[in-house]
Amino acid sequence: MQPIPAIPDILKLKRGTGSSHRFQDNLTIALFLLPALILFLIFVIYPIFQSVYYSLFDWKGFGPAVDFVGLDNFINILTDKVFLIALRNGVFIIAFSLVFQLPLSLALAVLVGRDLPGRVFFRTIFFMPYVLSEVMAAIMWLFLYNADPERGLLNALLVLFPGGKAIPWLSDTNIVLPAVFLAITWKYFGFHMLLYLAGLQNIPIEIEEAGRVDGANSFQNFFYITLPLLGSTIRTSVYLSVLGSLQQFILVWIMTKGGPVNASETLATYMYRFGFVRFQLGYGSAVAIYMFLICLTFSLVYRRLTRQPDYLTGL
Amino acid sequence: MSRKLYTFLSLVLVLAFALAACAKPTTQAPAATSKPAATNTPVKVTITWWHIQVADDQKALWQQLADQYTAAHPNVTVEITVLENEAFKTKLATVMQSGDPPDIFQSWGGGTMNEYVSAGLLKDITADLDKDGWRNTFSPGALGVYSYKGKNYGVPRDMGAVGFWYNKDLFAQAGITNPPTTWTEFLDDVKKLKAAGITPIALGEGDKWPGGFWWEYLAVRIGGKAAFDAAYSHTGAFTDAPFIEAGVKLQELVALEPFQEGFLGATWPDEQVVMATEKAAMDLMGQWAPGAFKDASVDKMGLGDKLGWFPFPAVEGGAGDAADALGGGNGFVIGKNAPPEAVDFLKFLSSVDSQVAQAKIGLSVPVVNGAEVGLSDPMLLLVQKGAAAAKYFQLYYDQAMPPAVGSVVNDSVQGLFAGTLTPEQAAQAIEDSAKKEVK
Repeated sequence: MQPIPAIPDILKLKRGTGSSHRFQDNLTIALFLLPALILFLIFVIYPIFQSVYYSLFDWKGFGPAVDFVGLDNFINILTDKVFLIALRNGVFIIAFSLVFQLPLSLALAVLVGRDLPGRVFFRTIFFMPYVLSEVMAAIMWLFLYNADPERGLLNALLVLFPGGKAIPWLSDTNIVLPAVFLAITWKYFGFHMLLYLAGLQNIPIEIEEAGRVDGANSFQNFFYITLPLLGSTIRTSVYLSVLGSLQQFILVWIMTKGGPVNASETLATYMYRFGFVRFQLGYGSAVAIYMFLICLTFSLVYRRLTRQPDYLTGL
Repeated sequence: MSRKLYTFLSLVLVLAFALAACAKPTTQAPAATSKPAATNTPVKVTITWWHIQVADDQKALWQQLADQYTAAHPNVTVEITVLENEAFKTKLATVMQSGDPPDIFQSWGGGTMNEYVSAGLLKDITADLDKDGWRNTFSPGALGVYSYKGKNYGVPRDMGAVGFWYNKDLFAQAGITNPPTTWTEFLDDVKKLKAAGITPIALGEGDKWPGGFWWEYLAVRIGGKAAFDAAYSHTGAFTDAPFIEAGVKLQELVALEPFQEGFLGATWPDEQVVMATEKAAMDLMGQWAPGAFKDASVDKMGLGDKLGWFPFPAVEGGAGDAADALGGGNGFVIGKNAPPEAVDFLKFLSSVDSQVAQAKIGLSVPVVNGAEVGLSDPMLLLVQKGAAAAKYFQLYYDQAMPPAVGSVVNDSVQGLFAGTLTPEQAAQAIEDSAKKEVK
């Protein structure tokens, strides 16, 4: 039978008193990190550099890239009207997400997180769309939006009203983007609701009780206690929402392919169109680099701007 | 409370995981490693085959033919992947870029196929075609679509002209006795149908290529062979008068609002349903339309005797002959890693018996000599004759030209339908792309 190691030994190992111990500790850490690091390098870092390389070529995606064009792709993208439309649509989706989707998620989180009867049931219902595969969700919305009132549920309901007329949801260049946005909201609000729910759980009930004792009504309680204490959660949620909006692809591609005539084009569908429909992978890579730069810039600026004290950890 | 939340969270995660696990694993066929059988026991071979026949009877026929072949060749397994048209194009693009093509797959020949050939992704089957006179069983024009620089990479299974499929009952209701033969008559008939409260035309312009046919056919009628040849060889341009005129004529039609509600976002499958449920009177489409209408109708019978066909009307003053045709066909090409058995199987698929069976269910307008007997459908006979009689047979632009140009043609024509582009702007966009890509 092996002797059980004495407790001080374990402590020593953990703290690393001698330099050889410290080296051993670091080695252990390095070894544990290695598999993840290798995967990260192969599947994230290397492809980024590969994209940078291909973006300098006029390359069709087959065989080696030979037709070097320098920065032509990057310049051509900026002068392409459709790219600017995609950019504008991205801003639209971000703005609508921040104005509609997140407040909705927060309101629902407050509702189902507290005293609503049957809240567990509603919580599950609200979260369901997020669990659904994106392709399924997109196809479901395609059915709902069908322009023919005999085939599309929304239009079938519309024509029931006196004077109601079927609306070609996904065929009208003015309606298609809000229509797609509705589907996006439906798909992702559950995820943000869950973030807020978790955030709400972290707020000690005592603070709100103290507020109530001091005479704050529920309105004041929410805006002066709950909301500020949710600060870090909201920052995370906004961050994920903006990045998600910029990279929106699956729902849009399946529902509209970015059309009609680019009315619902996003940066990701634009990139895909060039890479995999037109076989201009060099150009597509350059679009990807722009997307990468936009997301990176946003991340850095956002983190700088929102570096605020977290009230809860101070408590 | 918080424990409940965590329980819920973990449940959700488990559920998500379980659902993800339910997703069908992408079954990549193991690379068929077949060497010429040196011994008497034949090596087990798997042939991967991608086709786009989603209609029940057509899918069943392919399966039946594969079963027949494997019964006679027990060492061969045929792994069939059935994909809808658009899904096929998407999925194929990714496997091609990863350099791993299926052994046998759907192709429309032309520019896209040439791109694959240049990248070395297809197998040269010229020698196989020359052996035992296989080559001579095909009509040469159709076979030529699957060749590039004098070498063959696949074989056709059908070929036909695009034309108008129309509902005779609805035409009669609008008081139209004879199908139109000129563009002016055509526009008049559209007005008559509108006046009778009938949607004149079904269109799935969300997929873009169905609308492409309109502009391309107008260009064929207005400019004839000379205009396209000049533009393609850069002695002329796609900004020449006939191509602009095609856009102008197209927008004259669009101004009459002849399409079903929501046509700009509709797909080709939507278009089929509109025709099959008799909600529109006509549809400009290729030889595969009747089979698709059948599959899209509730009773799987399609429009039956109500369905008629007429060629694209002549455009007054156009340089093109009324017998000229825009069209193309379907075929199969062989991927670079395909075992020799794949070529043998393709040979079996393009046998007269197989072609007769395809023609009987309206899947193919045959291209193998002697298989015309299977073509009982009088309209498909018209389509076949239409293609055969054409002095100038123009392959669809999006197949005749490199994929980048084809895609720009389709995108620009969608702009014409939506009214966001003028005929001049659309033509300019196409010319810009052609100047760069067509060498």
